[in-house]
Amino acid sequence: MLTEEQAWKLLDGVPDPEVPAVSVVELGIIRELHCADDGITVVVTPTYSGCPATEVIGLAIRDTLLEAGAGKVELQTRLDPAWTSDWIGEAAREKLRAYGIVPPTGKAAVGGAQPIHFVKKTLTCPRCGSNDTERLSEFGSTACKATYRCKSCLEPFEYFKPI
Amino acid sequence: MADDMTQTSVQTVAASAEHIEYVMRLGDNALILGQRLSEWCGHAPVIEEDLALANMALDLVGQARLLLTHAGNLEGKGRDEDQMAFLRVERDYRNVTMMEVPNEDFGRTTVRNFLYSAFQILLWQKLATSSDTELAAIAAKSLKEARYHFNHSAEWVIRLGDGTEVSHAKTQAALDYLWPYTAELFAANPTDEAVSAAGIGPAWGELEAEWEAMVLPVFVQATLVVPARTPFKTFGKFGRHSEHMGHLLAVMQHMQRTYPGAQW
Repeated sequence: MLTEEQAWKLLDGVPDPEVPAVSVVELGIIRELHCADDGITVVVTPTYSGCPATEVIGLAIRDTLLEAGAGKVELQTRLDPAWTSDWIGEAAREKLRAYGIVPPTGKAAVGGAQPIHFVKKTLTCPRCGSNDTERLSEFGSTACKATYRCKSCLEPFEYFKPI
Repeated sequence: MADDMTQTSVQTVAASAEHIEYVMRLGDNALILGQRLSEWCGHAPVIEEDLALANMALDLVGQARLLLTHAGNLEGKGRDEDQMAFLRVERDYRNVTMMEVPNEDFGRTTVRNFLYSAFQILLWQKLATSSDTELAAIAAKSLKEARYHFNHSAEWVIRLGDGTEVSHAKTQAALDYLWPYTAELFAANPTDEAVSAAGIGPAWGELEAEWEAMVLPVFVQATLVVPARTPFKTFGKFGRHSEHMGHLLAVMQHMQRTYPGAQW
């Protein structure tokens, strides 16, 4: 049998399959853990409705805990409250930046002020540090990222969207 | 599509037929538009837009999974998301007709995304406080995604409309074609009335003025002319679809019809 502390630590070693620089715990999608004599219940809040990584993450969580001797693993999906990029902690944001992905800036501003069309957002290139960057697309290689380009070092980079 | 995660919420009170119908309409709108957008995969004009359209399709199909799973639970006949999505006959799909008309070109696809994502934002905002707590949770989540879809398509409507002679003409043709289909979104019907009276969600017609306030200024900026309303009205949400629906379903249902119950 695992303690909750052990289980949290184990899951902090499970990388997000599409953004392996951060763990599923750092991403903020593991909402609760409940350890009982016969197993563990893990409550997961998915990032995007259609995120294809969700099922892979579920399998990775299950495998990790089972291998560590959890006995039985039950995964529960919780939609409310909806996942927000605000749940990504400071340390994880720095890991994202070091990995080449600009972390979400500001708050997700749900229900508050909304960006208007052609909104300009100044991002700093994670490679060369230049502020002379431009957005190529609001969407990127995964649902959670936008595509940018640095006009100084001419390299493309990704931006983890605030949501 | 079935995954091994269990939903935490369980509906204990029997849902009314109108309630189920209302959720089916939302689920089918997401499913059918998601299917149309996925047709762009590998065919968009530039790679950034290929990714954007595929991402939006993914969001919509994800929302459809949640909504159709919920509709199946409300119905209580044991139908899961796959049975709902792939094993119904045409007349049982409840999406508005605008969702199923062909993509035609990038202009029409963009204008449709714009018209529908504006509507979605308003609807999801209202449904986020629905007395149906599962629906409220799905709405709060979908709202975040719809905002990105709206901003993206609004930018393109302006860029295309106020662009070259060719892009303007194509986008104007798209608006002329799609505008009459938007009437169906707001048409009064008994399902909406019952759901609204029960406090589950708004009658869609209640959203029309706000929706116009969202879309009309963008068309002005895009130098596009909104056509006058006509008596033309479609009935997709009652299950009476256009000639395009049969072909779309044949493509979409092919795998489950060939191998019923198949899982990835």
